Amino acid sequence: MPAEHFPVLLAVVPLVAAPLIVVARSGFLGWAIAFAVAAATAAMSASLLARVTVEGTISYAIGSWPPPWGIEYRVDAANALVALLVSAMALVAMPYARRSVTAEIGQERQYLFYALLMLCLSGLLGIALTGDAFNLFVFLEISSLATYVLIALGRDRRALTAAYQYLILGTTGATLYIIGVGMLYLATGTLNFADMAARLDGVADTRPLVVGLAFITAGIGLKLALFPLHAWLPNAYTYAPSVVSAFLAATATKVSLYVLMRVYFSVFGADAVFRDLPIGPVLAVLSVAALFVASAAAIVQKDLKRLLAFSSVGQIGYITLGISLGSATGLAAAMAHVVNHGITKGALFLLAGAMALRLGGTGFDRLAGLGRTMPVAAFAFVLGGLSLIGVPGTAGFASKWALVAAAMGAGQWWIVAAVLLSSLLAVAYVWRFVECAYFREPPAGAPSPGEAPWEMTAPALAMTAAVVALGLHATPVLDAATRAAAALMGAGR
Amino acid sequence: MSFLGHFSYWATVFVMMTGLYIVISRGNLVKKLVGLGIFQTSVYLLYVAPGKLIGGTAAIVTPGITLYSNPLPHVLILTAIVVGVATLALGLALVVRIREAYGTVDEDELLAADAKDD
Repeated sequence: MPAEHFPVLLAVVPLVAAPLIVVARSGFLGWAIAFAVAAATAAMSASLLARVTVEGTISYAIGSWPPPWGIEYRVDAANALVALLVSAMALVAMPYARRSVTAEIGQERQYLFYALLMLCLSGLLGIALTGDAFNLFVFLEISSLATYVLIALGRDRRALTAAYQYLILGTTGATLYIIGVGMLYLATGTLNFADMAARLDGVADTRPLVVGLAFITAGIGLKLALFPLHAWLPNAYTYAPSVVSAFLAATATKVSLYVLMRVYFSVFGADAVFRDLPIGPVLAVLSVAALFVASAAAIVQKDLKRLLAFSSVGQIGYITLGISLGSATGLAAAMAHVVNHGITKGALFLLAGAMALRLGGTGFDRLAGLGRTMPVAAFAFVLGGLSLIGVPGTAGFASKWALVAAAMGAGQWWIVAAVLLSSLLAVAYVWRFVECAYFREPPAGAPSPGEAPWEMTAPALAMTAAVVALGLHATPVLDAATRAAAALMGAGR
Repeated sequence: MSFLGHFSYWATVFVMMTGLYIVISRGNLVKKLVGLGIFQTSVYLLYVAPGKLIGGTAAIVTPGITLYSNPLPHVLILTAIVVGVATLALGLALVVRIREAYGTVDEDELLAADAKDD
């Protein structure tokens, strides 16, 4: 039965597709293969999510070597959801990619672009599905190395320095993570997350564990752009090709957030992390700082993609805020915001890419009068912006409400106040776009661009429709997030 | 345990901090990558040293031998070395491209050039 092998196929199929695309040496064939692979991974993740909802955790032993000796792929309600988010975003990005990539990347390099996108997809899915700490590091580096090159393919020369900066910080983060894993391995003698969780109870000297946890927190914090470790993100998202910005914004930081949740709640357990150590308050203070500082920085940006990038740092703050509560409801809210914000930011970056195609860039001076020249894209962007603010009827509201409810349940009223006040900052940066698009004249003498081609508009509108649909009918995501939180907290403990 | 008993850890921490300091303090992009390489190398030491038991032998079951070294850290580090080589190669390739686009590999001059673009 192939269905039995879905956990490993999710990582292997894109990994094998990458060299095939390089051999094919054709932009069109590369796109076709990548499209087929993205569709296959999305179908497999959806089937896995449906299966774990009914059957519970699936354990897959690579090469039939039983865990904890062999590498185990362990699928539960949490990582199946993350895998579905990643592969669905890849699938939505593929029809969009053909036109966008043709416009932004030279003909002779297009096949390499698709090969790298497949490597990145393989890495992200591998991180999500593996149950082995060292295997996670390898996939982290596969996805990161592919990401650095994808960012460097941007048209602006600043894409090169952005990619270099991300390479330095990303490698430092991954190395800090592997130092932390080394500490845990020395203390427990295992690399399997579930086995590690079981053995942590018997460890007498907890100093190496605390040090290991600190290293992992700092390392993964760098990868997920936890304020103030976010310095790499704004430039990377701004200067990367449009498809890459959309794909990474929806998936890369979200997968790292999942890793943090896995280590905190499944390996160490909520008690050890949040009761015995002061991680909760530290994480909460950093998250609130992200909400205010990054959102305020977003208001003053001169470029729409850069505004969205700073907004991402702020929105990640809501997710880490949910984690910092250390409770099942807080974790469920964080997981729901991972999905909802991933979809919202994916939609917004796809729309920004459509504008970049027609206007040659996303600086606010070019966007003036967009409500008249590209009415559909401008309106969809406003809908996505409402979700960033958290207006009722959009996906962003559902998860923010869950977060506020979780904070109230924990009696953390200052967090409730911070969430509400920071939403006002989101109003301000979304208003920047509204003001520019609807209350300014198009620049004199500029050609009237018209809407982007339908291959690009349709995926972006589909994502925007998902944002509204998940806002009006939020239960599927909230239920899936609650199950994910239960799986994260229950696994191995 | 004395200072000498923890010698390998002291050496590891010294190499680790040297590498990280170079990454932070140097403005030359190539030197930063050298620092990053040293930083990663320290992790190889961190893993490999504890795997060796004094008097232990290779992990092949042999009659009459009871003390074996742990081979797993060495295997892991082989993978980490490959990752480190790939990272260094990609980093240097990016530096070549940056040199072509900007005509410099100095961080301050790059920032000045970017500020002029804005």
